Amino acid sequence: MPAPIRLRELIRTIRTARTQAEEREMIQKEFIVEFGTNAIHSLSEYNHFYSSMIQPVKSDLNHSTQYVQGLALCTLGCMGSSEMCRDLAGEVEKLLKTSNSYLRKKAALCAVHVIRKVPELMEMFLPATKNLLSEKNHGEILHTSVVLLTEMCERSPDMLSHFRKLVPQLVRILKNLIMSGYSPEHDVSGISDPFLQVRILRLLRILGKGDDDSSEAMNDILAQVATNTETSKNVGNAILYETVLTIMDIKSESGLRVLAINILGRFLLNNDKNIRYVALTSLLKTVQTDHNAVQRHRSTIVDCLKDLDVSIKRRAMELSFALVNGNNIRGMMKELLYFLDSCDPDFKADCASGIFLAAEKYAPSKRWHIDTIMRVLTTAGSYVRDDSVPNLIQLITNSVEMHAYTVQRLYKALLDDISQQPLVQVASWCIGEYGDLLVSGQCEEEEPIQVSEDEVLDVLEGLLVSNLSTPVTRGYSLTAIMKLSTRFSSMNRIKKVVSIYGSSIDVELQQRAVEYNALFKKYDHMRPALLERMPIMEKTATNGPAEIVQTNGETDSTILDTKHLPSITQPASQVGQCNYHICFCFAGIPPMTAYNKNGLKIEFTFERANPNPNIAVITIHATNSTEADMTEFVFQAAVPKQQLRMRVKLTYTHKGSPVQDLAEVNNFPPQSWQ
Amino acid sequence: MQFMLLFSRQGKLRLQKWYVPLSDKEKKKITRELVQTVLARKPKMCSFLEWRDLKIVYKRYASLYFCCAIEDQDNELITLEIIHRYVELLDKYFGSVCELDIIFNFEKAYFILDEFLLGGEAQETSKKNVLKAIEQADLLQEVSTEVYYHHCKATAIGVHHRVFGLSL
Repeated sequence: MPAPIRLRELIRTIRTARTQAEEREMIQKEFIVEFGTNAIHSLSEYNHFYSSMIQPVKSDLNHSTQYVQGLALCTLGCMGSSEMCRDLAGEVEKLLKTSNSYLRKKAALCAVHVIRKVPELMEMFLPATKNLLSEKNHGEILHTSVVLLTEMCERSPDMLSHFRKLVPQLVRILKNLIMSGYSPEHDVSGISDPFLQVRILRLLRILGKGDDDSSEAMNDILAQVATNTETSKNVGNAILYETVLTIMDIKSESGLRVLAINILGRFLLNNDKNIRYVALTSLLKTVQTDHNAVQRHRSTIVDCLKDLDVSIKRRAMELSFALVNGNNIRGMMKELLYFLDSCDPDFKADCASGIFLAAEKYAPSKRWHIDTIMRVLTTAGSYVRDDSVPNLIQLITNSVEMHAYTVQRLYKALLDDISQQPLVQVASWCIGEYGDLLVSGQCEEEEPIQVSEDEVLDVLEGLLVSNLSTPVTRGYSLTAIMKLSTRFSSMNRIKKVVSIYGSSIDVELQQRAVEYNALFKKYDHMRPALLERMPIMEKTATNGPAEIVQTNGETDSTILDTKHLPSITQPASQVGQCNYHICFCFAGIPPMTAYNKNGLKIEFTFERANPNPNIAVITIHATNSTEADMTEFVFQAAVPKQQLRMRVKLTYTHKGSPVQDLAEVNNFPPQSWQ
Repeated sequence: MQFMLLFSRQGKLRLQKWYVPLSDKEKKKITRELVQTVLARKPKMCSFLEWRDLKIVYKRYASLYFCCAIEDQDNELITLEIIHRYVELLDKYFGSVCELDIIFNFEKAYFILDEFLLGGEAQETSKKNVLKAIEQADLLQEVSTEVYYHHCKATAIGVHHRVFGLSL
């Protein structure tokens, strides 16, 4: 034992001192090193001491006492700066090759730290790793050796290929751990050195990933660990967990993968919530790649929605959405809607969005779809995301046969509660569109309610004055009232409301009211056309927030093909029923400005289509020069046969208010139609 | 492991071991935030939580919370075993360890931790070997310090003794 020898020597040395001062000096010299290292250890770091620490640490690393050397390695390994690591890497490398296992394992972890701080130094430690796993070393250094090898493989693809040859050895070591008899020193609840098992499994994962041969070589041992590990305590489950992670990451055969998923499924039923947590986390990672296997555990996952732990609930929710498909939509939605009712406010927005998405993809019927939307809006209406409103409006518009039912249900919801803005906005819009169906009692799906035009207008006006309504909502309700002027007979009342709001403090509302007023007075002939029923909308692929384009109506054989906005189509009723036909011969047509008003500028550029040069391609460039977004942009064009001109109808939402405009484009260059 | 914190139910920090370089200010901020977050957890909740880009594993033993921050690829369940092993080591060393032992012998608690973990990883997986190493170091220190005490009356002694918390 080093300690007593050193002590005897120390005492002998001190006895040779002739004066007390000399004695003191000797002892001080012996202890300042220890003290220094310990002090550094016990106190928090002081960065500016680092360079002055290098020398004492360096000499400690070469100290005769392993305890002091150990302290130095510990200091370096925990808080060594890059500067220190660079200077002392050589000493660490030396100690990595010593026969003293106590120091060797510390040196290994110190090397890990050096590599993390100064990755370029990794090469330096390669020779020393040669025999790290060989059997003749005591098992003592195995754990730290595996950690060092893992660090090197994680950081360098070259190292990774180099160390792949260790797979058989690692498999053997792991096998011995599982098969070996009781080893009290390394035992935890009857399992041999679980820490080492977990580290080996992790290294195997890294080595086996993407490599067929390595994966095959470890297949059997993984199956063995997966089936033989005792699961009554956390420690066994920790090993199983690591095994599952490894199986899922390497190129394992399908039987093994199913085994892994089943282990996770069993974890879900475990009383220990920690185990349930890691199971859900892992299942989330594999649900895309092993979808069918995970589906088998769907009911257990859904049960986790009722768990008390917030993290478990969230994961269960995410996983549930990932598992929804056409076959299970009804059952799953029931559970998810129930969850939406009772979950924390933090969850509601995500859950609502998830439900909308799932409903859109897999709705078994339109009625079911509308009912689901209604349920979300009424139970979590204030948590629903802003972009849901235009999406829902589009959905409702396109469900033509459900209009009467939808507007009735939304109207009834408004009677109960006007505090949830998304619900109120969608409802206002619908009443504006389908108010006529509401008062005429046309609902087929359920008992039609009896409601008068005045009652409907009462509700909409109530929204305008309510403190609960946001400015956006007020905009929706004013527009709805205006639309009803072509659907209801109570024009005077509507005119009065509109004129009152012409002097509203809210600038948006005021502008809207003024424009609607103008519609009554100067443009009354255009009012029916402008306020008519919205046609079915088709969702475009991309192009920013909620850009919906008109594709309704019948189109003629030759239509204008646009790049930015898909198909401009036939006009609606007011421009006439004729079919329009266009045939172009283009030759270098200059671009033109078709429309420029209120910050919205539309330019046309022309080019010949490929392969048919008789077909023109007009590209529409629409630019918004105002500060606010213009959303829900709709471009409709009618083109007469004889001379190229266009009648254009534009609608969009700007700063929360809908804008509509009609225009004629007459300035087509002559080349474009001759 | 990036760091380990030990704190009481009142939020008093008893031990902090950092395996990543951070300024004092950052450490204080992290400690404050994390202590608050963990103390706010209800008993029915699981031992894991996500915090910033780390995974936090915590477990309460009597009046002390043991809290570790691990990285994404680390195994939460085995970290619980690491915590448990450390508690066992403390228990063996102090004999039925309690918070007071750690308060009054904090340098020993660090010492034991440093023989068990290095750079955030376990260096020795045998309980016996860790305790043996600590025993040896203790012996060396005790005797050396006694010699030191008997031969030196410099102020440095006082400081030395205070740092090591030995009562003489």
